[in-house]
Amino acid sequence: MPEEGMEDNKEGEERPKWNNKAEYLLTCIGFAVGLGNVWRFPYLCQIYGGGAFLIPYLIALVFQGLPLLYLELAIGQRLRMGSIGVWNSISPYLGGVGVASMLVSFCVSLFYNTIVAWVLWYLFNSFQEPLPWSQCPLNHNNTGYVEECVESTPVNYFWYRQTLNITPNMETSGSLQWWLVVSLATAWSIVYICFVRGIKTIGKAVYFTATFPYLVLTIFLVRALTLPGSSEGLIYLFTPDWEILKNPQVWLDAATQIFFSLSVAFGGLISFSSYNSQKNNCEKDAVLVGVINSATSIYASIPIFAILGFKAHTNYVTCLNGNILALTNEFDISDMNITVENYEQWFDSLNGTHPSRVSDLKLKTCDLQTFLDQSASGTGLAFIVFTEAVISMPGSQVWAVLFFIMLFSLGLSSMFGNLEGILTPLHDLKLVPKWMPNELFTAIICLLLFLMALIFCLGSGNYWLEIFNSYVGSVPFLIIAFFEIIAVAYIYGIGRFSDDLEFMTGHRPNIFWKVCWLVISPLMLFVVLVAYVAVQAQTPPTYAAWNPDYVNFPNTEVLPYPDWVFAICVLLSSVPVISIPLVAIYRLICCMSGRHSKDSLHNNPNPYANEDYVVELLL
Amino acid sequence: MRCLRMLVRILVLLYLAGAPALAQTLCQPNASNGYRVRISIKTALGNQAYEWNENEMFLFRATMAFAMRRYYKTETYNVDNIIVCNQTRRVSFWFVVISPENPTMLIPKADVEKAVSMSRHRINNAFLLTDRTLEFLGIYPTLAEPVNPDTPPWLIVFGVVIGAVFAGIIALLVSSLLQKRRKEKGMMEDGQDEEDRQMKGVENGINLDGIYNRGFTDDDRFTKL
Repeated sequence: MPEEGMEDNKEGEERPKWNNKAEYLLTCIGFAVGLGNVWRFPYLCQIYGGGAFLIPYLIALVFQGLPLLYLELAIGQRLRMGSIGVWNSISPYLGGVGVASMLVSFCVSLFYNTIVAWVLWYLFNSFQEPLPWSQCPLNHNNTGYVEECVESTPVNYFWYRQTLNITPNMETSGSLQWWLVVSLATAWSIVYICFVRGIKTIGKAVYFTATFPYLVLTIFLVRALTLPGSSEGLIYLFTPDWEILKNPQVWLDAATQIFFSLSVAFGGLISFSSYNSQKNNCEKDAVLVGVINSATSIYASIPIFAILGFKAHTNYVTCLNGNILALTNEFDISDMNITVENYEQWFDSLNGTHPSRVSDLKLKTCDLQTFLDQSASGTGLAFIVFTEAVISMPGSQVWAVLFFIMLFSLGLSSMFGNLEGILTPLHDLKLVPKWMPNELFTAIICLLLFLMALIFCLGSGNYWLEIFNSYVGSVPFLIIAFFEIIAVAYIYGIGRFSDDLEFMTGHRPNIFWKVCWLVISPLMLFVVLVAYVAVQAQTPPTYAAWNPDYVNFPNTEVLPYPDWVFAICVLLSSVPVISIPLVAIYRLICCMSGRHSKDSLHNNPNPYANEDYVVELLL
Repeated sequence: MRCLRMLVRILVLLYLAGAPALAQTLCQPNASNGYRVRISIKTALGNQAYEWNENEMFLFRATMAFAMRRYYKTETYNVDNIIVCNQTRRVSFWFVVISPENPTMLIPKADVEKAVSMSRHRINNAFLLTDRTLEFLGIYPTLAEPVNPDTPPWLIVFGVVIGAVFAGIIALLVSSLLQKRRKEKGMMEDGQDEEDRQMKGVENGINLDGIYNRGFTDDDRFTKL
């Protein structure tokens, strides 16, 4: 049972507190706003009919995202413990939920910081003229460019070969790429320095990491709107296609996007709010964080798509210029007589008079729509598509540096939440020996995570990261969140929870929250979970491999997962959540054996029982 | 005598008239020892493009003669040794180089190529053009040697960042260590005073510890008369 006035840890140490409300809010916002807001939402918006996608997205936010967010912040603030302690307090049988949160945060921290390391690598390389991904390197004897680069593009070559040094398939592990190890060490050192004094240092760091992305997005927005082709990109993004709403996949993706975007079920939000004073209006905080997170996603998609429109336009013009040059050289037409504007007329007239010569030239078909359709999400967007766009912008180094610092601060602020979801439960479980200072414990955890993440620095590291991302970063969260909401709404009791909320915020939650917690959110989560698993089960487990010897290179080769890898995928999805039933069974067994034991004194030790004092009945 | 002089004069005239014609036949499209040149002035210079006319062609022939002189390290080549033909509106034309000693002999293709490659930069600059806009079809420009600094630049940035981070970590750890030590020293000093006071209390035989009980007043002395 949670005690009323539980203020301090049992060690007598006071629980750390936020310096001010702003630091707490910025930390929560920074945790929620991450890389996905920049590189996943705009992609979804684009493929699901632009403006129309906002409808399922906002519905999911209101009925699923905000109730879960409010719930997590509230229980953390009330019970003043990390995720394990909180769920142990609510119901000992559901203590596994906290353990699952911690395990999932652990796995996510591993691969998330590797992405941050890649961002750092690109950032370090942006301080060069010319940018290393703008041109192909020469081959050994300086006679030409490296073949792999010529067949694909310099940007692809820099990402797949000079950054990842990727192997052709998953069975080949390759060796440790030392430059990635160095970048990973830098990433973990920076995370550590922000965590050195716990939330004191985090609170200072988020003033920069949570606000800087907005500044950069605004700068990019202003710059992008002045580039040619940006308006085409924006029109393409926002043109609503209402028909798409009939496709259930859209609703599923909207729900999962909102869910993963808010970073619930990590345990990090519970930890952050546990450092608050109990009399804090967490309802306003939850609504604020949720709304800001979605607003950031929408705001970020504008400059991203303006720049993608510019890139499509540039590619289109380059394609046309290639054709123009071919025609000019073949027919000896005066230089620059054929331009982008009158290309169509020239082409028609030349094709009419000399069709055989024109067809021999093998001109490329240049269609702006095709270039606009070349969308990408995730690392492909940041490290391939966007870097290519940046090369064409005047002053490329500045834009590249700004972009990668923005990605770095987005990733770092999310890492704070991930790591907090590991450290606070371990502190609350009292697994930290008393002699060990907090700084040393944090250092050990960071070192352990760094050593384990070295697997992503191998040649096949990117393939493993995709596996972690798809299998750990998806289904376990849905399961954990479902159990969270069931635990609070039904096992803890909505009545008791409302009392707690009244104690904290000063008023009882209104009918909207109660209906959501009791019915709508669990139902939505359950449906999303089932649908997601069903869709995943139907897609064959394959991955896209970068193989220079592939027949259709530079297209990626689609390979199936080897059996042992698939077994690991299943393990990754199930092991974190297996702790939920395991802990429940363990507690049940303990409880049962406790009831059947004859010596009840030993099972319920009464600290005041003095066994030396025996009452002797004097007859 | 006069007949002979006339004959010689006619022969000389014929030769002089025929030489350019002879030279002209040496320059043909797809000649075995000739190269095709393609120039794109508007692409390179945009608004500041100049017009290609006979004077520009003269400059081209003079530049080629310069290139041949530079390659062979001789001063025998002249503008007349460069023959140009088949000019188009594209601006493209064919040229051949004839030997100054023997006007009927063409300089082999390989030598012309080497001469052009050697002075390519000078030729480009004479026309304010680049390798791409002044093309010698068949002569590939040597790829520019990429600038390879001794230390890769990214390593420098990495060094700065990691140095700052480690300095920060050490500074924070040291300062928190000092803070803890100061706290412990403060607590230890309080403990020391406690001990001293207890010792003194025992020495005097009177227990000076405890709180003075104001309920017990010592005013008996005054009230006694």
